[in-house]
Amino acid sequence: MTPLAGIGARRRRSDRVARTMLAVATGLALVPLVLILFYLVKQGLGAWSPSFFTTDPSGRFLGDPGGIRSAILGTIEIVALASAIAIPAGIGVALYLVEYGRDGRFATAVRYFVDVMTGVPSIAFGLFIYITLVLATGFGGFAGWKGSLALALLMLPIVTRSAEVALTLVPESLREAALALGAPRWRVVARVVLPTALPGLVTGVLLAVARAAGETAPLLFTATIVKETTANLAAPMNSLPAQIFSDVGQAQDRLVARAWGAALTLVVMILVLTTLARLVSRRSRIA
Amino acid sequence: MSFQPAKTGMTDPPRTTHPTAAPTPAVSSGLGDRRAQTRARSVTLRNLHAYYGDQHAVNGVWLEFPANEVTAIIGPSGCGKSTMVRCINRMHEEVPGARAVGTVLLDDLDIYGDGTDVVAVRRAVGMVFQKPNPFPTMSVFDNVAAGLRLTGTRGSELRDRVEHSLKAAGLWDEVHGRLAQPGIGLSGGQQQRLCIARTLAVEPEVILMDEPCSALDPVATLKIEELVAELSRRYTIVVVTHNMQQAARVADSTAFMLNGELVEHGPTGRMFTNPGDPRTEQYVTGKFG
Repeated sequence: MTPLAGIGARRRRSDRVARTMLAVATGLALVPLVLILFYLVKQGLGAWSPSFFTTDPSGRFLGDPGGIRSAILGTIEIVALASAIAIPAGIGVALYLVEYGRDGRFATAVRYFVDVMTGVPSIAFGLFIYITLVLATGFGGFAGWKGSLALALLMLPIVTRSAEVALTLVPESLREAALALGAPRWRVVARVVLPTALPGLVTGVLLAVARAAGETAPLLFTATIVKETTANLAAPMNSLPAQIFSDVGQAQDRLVARAWGAALTLVVMILVLTTLARLVSRRSRIA
Repeated sequence: MSFQPAKTGMTDPPRTTHPTAAPTPAVSSGLGDRRAQTRARSVTLRNLHAYYGDQHAVNGVWLEFPANEVTAIIGPSGCGKSTMVRCINRMHEEVPGARAVGTVLLDDLDIYGDGTDVVAVRRAVGMVFQKPNPFPTMSVFDNVAAGLRLTGTRGSELRDRVEHSLKAAGLWDEVHGRLAQPGIGLSGGQQQRLCIARTLAVEPEVILMDEPCSALDPVATLKIEELVAELSRRYTIVVVTHNMQQAARVADSTAFMLNGELVEHGPTGRMFTNPGDPRTEQYVTGKFG
């Protein structure tokens, strides 16, 4: 054997070992994901039926426990309002940091606090809203919009951080090109920076929305758990995570089954939302 | 004194009279014919200094770029030639911590003067960058139209000017069938000509080119160089280049910079055959840099 072939054989071997290790690691990471999805579908599909989506929880101990309509609609309403607050605010903060604040002292401080906020446990946001708004005199009490506020606080740092990354990735040469054409900075941002960063912005927003839609803790003592469907964000409002939380602790198998069905519903909702948003952002990128 | 865009670009006859439909050779069509020999404005630098924080990048340059001529700036990397050029359309100040001191005149207008609008400066002084940088989210058409839309140009006038600019940039024949496709789908040389078309569309008088061919192959480079010669009939052009053959091919006069200072400036032929400064001679004969 020539020396050349010897080196080649050793390299091939180490290459094989490295590849195998990577494949094993990937496989291990996939195991819990697949198991969760498998269990969710297996347990959740059984609970699904037309009336599951069209009726509210009945609260009856015997007989039909009812569906999860109020929880689905409540989650949509609460998360929609939270998104309407957190997404513009978060992208606005990120735009400030990237386009104007840059490495200034104030921007650095803001960045630090955003990081701190990312690490705050979600229950702290719920507690904060509970103390400041639910226990408040005058307009106290549980309400859907207070749940939205708690979720918005949770979403804000996630949106800001991911949007900042997406905006930073827009090449400086594009900003320069637009500035050199005589565009004022706000126009550069609106016509060049934001459209170029759109796919990244959408990804970050989706992460935040998915995270918020699955949060239980901020909702338990802000929007609480109720049975009835309501469109009134000033009233207590049901949500999927809260419904799951409530059902899964019950002694009745039918209620636990409803929790599985609700969990699967939540996952499917987020999946649909993610797919739609990706399609939209991909299309607008080409157009 | 407030900055007024040049009369020549703004009070022209109605644009519907452009000979857009006339079949003309790619390069000599469009703006070049329409306003052949229009006098653009000259650029004069008086004791220009530029800084990045504490770093003194351009050190007291006095230089004139005559109207409708091509001036090449040569010099080794880091000598301040790009920085100097970026002071002419005030792009230098976009870099955090950067500032410029001195006078830059567009004919007799001080572009750093009080009341001078930086946006108006950049409309009068266009820029083409080293790396082709078309807007990735925009089509070929929208790339060229991007600057025009800022001034509210719409409809058929917008289409006319996009077509004209693409013709003037020698790109129309290659892209007129795919104006709606993404600008980044073009080849590197086409992208750079797209960027030139984008710059021409806002009708500047001075065009700054910062190493416009350094990312291009020789064929695309040749096309850009032919274009530069053609465009000088209508525009004052400043080309920063690393390539001395390129300077010799395209420039009427050449300036040599070293360590932030202007060493020598003169007619291109003399600069390369009989330079006055020994450092210029060393550089153009390849002894350093």
